[in-house]
Amino acid sequence: MFNEAFASSIPLQGTEIAARWDGLYSFLVWLSVFFFILVVGGMLYFIVAYRHQPNKKTKYITGNHLLEGIWIAIPTLLLLVIFGWGYSIYHSMTQPPADAMEVRVIGKQWMWTFQYEDGRTSVGELFVPVNQPVKLVMTSEDVLHSFFVPNFRVKQDVVPGMYTSVWFTATVPGKHQVFCTEYCGTSHSEMLAQVVALDETQWKNWQRNKPIGDIPVAGSEVSVLSGETSQSKVQTKAQAPATESSLVDQGKLVYQNKGCMACHSTDGSRKVGPTLAKLYGSKVELVDGRTVTADENFIRKHIEEPNSATVKGYSPVMPTFKGLISETEMNALIAFIKSLK
Amino acid sequence: MAYPSAATHTGDNYLNHSKGLMSWLKTLDHKRIGLMYLFTVLAFFLIGGIFALIIRLELFKMGGSHLIDANTYNKMFTYHGAIMVFLVIIPAIPGALGNFILPVLVGAKDVAFPRLNLASYYIFVMGAIFAVAALFLRGADTGWTFYTPYSIRTNTTVILVLTGAFIAGFSSILTGLNFIVTVHKLRAPGLTWARLPLFIWAIYATSIIQVLATPVLAITLLLLIMERVLGIGIFDPKLGGDPVLFQHFFWFYSHPAVYIMILPAMGVISEVIPVFSRKPIFGYKAIAYSSFGIALIAFIVWGHHMFVSGQSEFANFVFSLLTMFVAVPTGVKVFSWVGTMFKGSIHFNAPMLYAFGFLELFMIGGLTGVFLATLAINVHMTDTYFVVAHFHYVMVGGTLMGLMAGIHYWFPKMFGRMYSEKAAQIAFWLIIIGFNVTFFPQFILGAQGMPRRYWTYIPEFTTLNRISTVGSWLIAAGFVYAAVYLYKGMKRGKLAPANPWNGLTLEWQTPSPPPHENFHETPVVTSWPYDYLPENTTMIGNS
Repeated sequence: MFNEAFASSIPLQGTEIAARWDGLYSFLVWLSVFFFILVVGGMLYFIVAYRHQPNKKTKYITGNHLLEGIWIAIPTLLLLVIFGWGYSIYHSMTQPPADAMEVRVIGKQWMWTFQYEDGRTSVGELFVPVNQPVKLVMTSEDVLHSFFVPNFRVKQDVVPGMYTSVWFTATVPGKHQVFCTEYCGTSHSEMLAQVVALDETQWKNWQRNKPIGDIPVAGSEVSVLSGETSQSKVQTKAQAPATESSLVDQGKLVYQNKGCMACHSTDGSRKVGPTLAKLYGSKVELVDGRTVTADENFIRKHIEEPNSATVKGYSPVMPTFKGLISETEMNALIAFIKSLK
Repeated sequence: MAYPSAATHTGDNYLNHSKGLMSWLKTLDHKRIGLMYLFTVLAFFLIGGIFALIIRLELFKMGGSHLIDANTYNKMFTYHGAIMVFLVIIPAIPGALGNFILPVLVGAKDVAFPRLNLASYYIFVMGAIFAVAALFLRGADTGWTFYTPYSIRTNTTVILVLTGAFIAGFSSILTGLNFIVTVHKLRAPGLTWARLPLFIWAIYATSIIQVLATPVLAITLLLLIMERVLGIGIFDPKLGGDPVLFQHFFWFYSHPAVYIMILPAMGVISEVIPVFSRKPIFGYKAIAYSSFGIALIAFIVWGHHMFVSGQSEFANFVFSLLTMFVAVPTGVKVFSWVGTMFKGSIHFNAPMLYAFGFLELFMIGGLTGVFLATLAINVHMTDTYFVVAHFHYVMVGGTLMGLMAGIHYWFPKMFGRMYSEKAAQIAFWLIIIGFNVTFFPQFILGAQGMPRRYWTYIPEFTTLNRISTVGSWLIAAGFVYAAVYLYKGMKRGKLAPANPWNGLTLEWQTPSPPPHENFHETPVVTSWPYDYLPENTTMIGNS
């Protein structure tokens, strides 16, 4: 019974990492109960045992170095163990598997938009296949937001002007609640979404724009958040594709239409600017002597503020594209650049 | 040591030394300035408390309808946070209790710079006026943390609140400076550093943080004002700024500020426990040094507020590791306080009850702090109600319990009268039970995933929110009752002797209330302030 009460005090275990998280969390709960009883229980015992009684003398004690040493050493050791345990789980949270499916997330007051590799877009519902690692590359159009899925125990701030990422492998099919957890104004508390984890057939249907039926709340027999039984089935509609072309194809259009192609080749040849071929993930030497890895944030920054750093061997002649490329276009463009392997 | 006989109110004391409103408004007497801080802070505590009650009432969701709309709610929690942090918790113990008692505790006639002390008070009031003025305009809805770029773009009167916090910061710096110099230069003959009461050590450590950290807040707020007014791109990415930079600047002050809030309360507890246990403090040096340990670590852990902000994994690694070490000196204090009670002769007067309350709440606040310092746990918990519960346990449970312990402990010295002990006990139980009922459910809500600053929530969270709201009514009842009996005690309580608790520190060796210049003759200190010998078990008290 106690275990059930404990389990209902935390969300459903929706990922492997959630299970590891729960292990550490319950360790900390028990350790805290122990120390709470030690200190507050000790205090209560002393209050009773040494309450003021006439003719009972106190003892003159000013300290005890051995005791002080013990209560410095033991907590220090325990804290180091807790730190290491917490860091090891956190490290896994930051290392997406190489085969992770990428979805681009755009937060804006007060909705979540998801852009998939196949070029489709959905709002308020993130469709993912169950048991498949998914990496979200996120940015914001306006203020700070934060993408939080309690069932997966992951959260990441979504920051305008840069990309942050988070990953998970949903192990339980169904809908998982998403909250915005960085205060973002009037409707912050209504900036909700669902991660809809689909089984194999549902996922295939969704990819082909076929109906996928009602998707229940994940673990809805034993309800996710309260332990109460709830059979609520929310109607889920497959989002119509925004366009027939993939995200990479959309990015190629941006590349052509915004004039990038005039200065940047995609075949490795040198033009006014460096080629985009094999750019993503490569080491780039800059005129100031630094070497940086061309990741999403590097590419984005160089499109918006080309003069922030110049590639060695080239002149700082590129105009800024800040405000000229929307977040969805930027996502597509970066997907295109990433595809030029 | 000799104890002067019980004072009467016929003699000259600081309350009747000069008369009239102007004699208060222009006073240079640290005791009067302390009381002015106390009443000002309590007035803001009332306002901030009313906002808290409205927030909780909205979250009760009676009949599924809303008491206030989302924008009003957002302003309410912003005001609750900003007022409670900048105008109550930060100045409460140093400004009110520190000003009143610190010079007496070191055996001085006043602080080192009395005129500057009065100026600090008026600067504080000026800051408060700016912040509160915004209430009557378009308010502010950024949360007390003013995170960019939202705080740059919102159309509310954020600048007024920022200016208020900016101005109030100077009060904090000047008060800190005044206390540092007072402790260094004005100690009574024989009062060596090793004989300083632990409250002084705590206030001294706090003052150092105030002087070093507050300027950073001032600069940050100024940059934010410049960005809003002049459109200089420092924090807004639209203007080429970096929003995460603001968080670094903000927490570089605001994390040490957390210790500005809690260290003075720890100082009060270190005074109260030995007196009411009739026993020397356990591990005097360890407690004194741990104040400095905490103050030092306070400056290098700010990044633990930003584990999911987009900060690098390496930075998270370092900040999590460093944060763990905060728990070590904190643990030393807690164990030492409990150790002090061992084989003591424990009296259950109101100040001691609040010390018990402090230990209970602070243990929960401290232990949940370890949860939040742990990287993986933090990722899930940050910006949820778990954090809300944690910092209320520390800041309210810690600081407010310390303040209440201090007010009850020094009340006889402040007003020369006693409050009703029986009433004090009732209020204590209302507050401590109410507090746990309000905030413990919020840990569970947070673990379940309920984010903070939410005007509305999914139905699963209803029951725990309602319990929490009911708890807030108990706290309110406790504080209202406390206000009533303390006011009665102040006006009509029975006359207090010079040393009602049989304490050994210097303030108990001068009449209650003290004369204008604190002591009739300069006291000479010949022993340690916690020298409670085994025979010293009786207490005059009023119970």
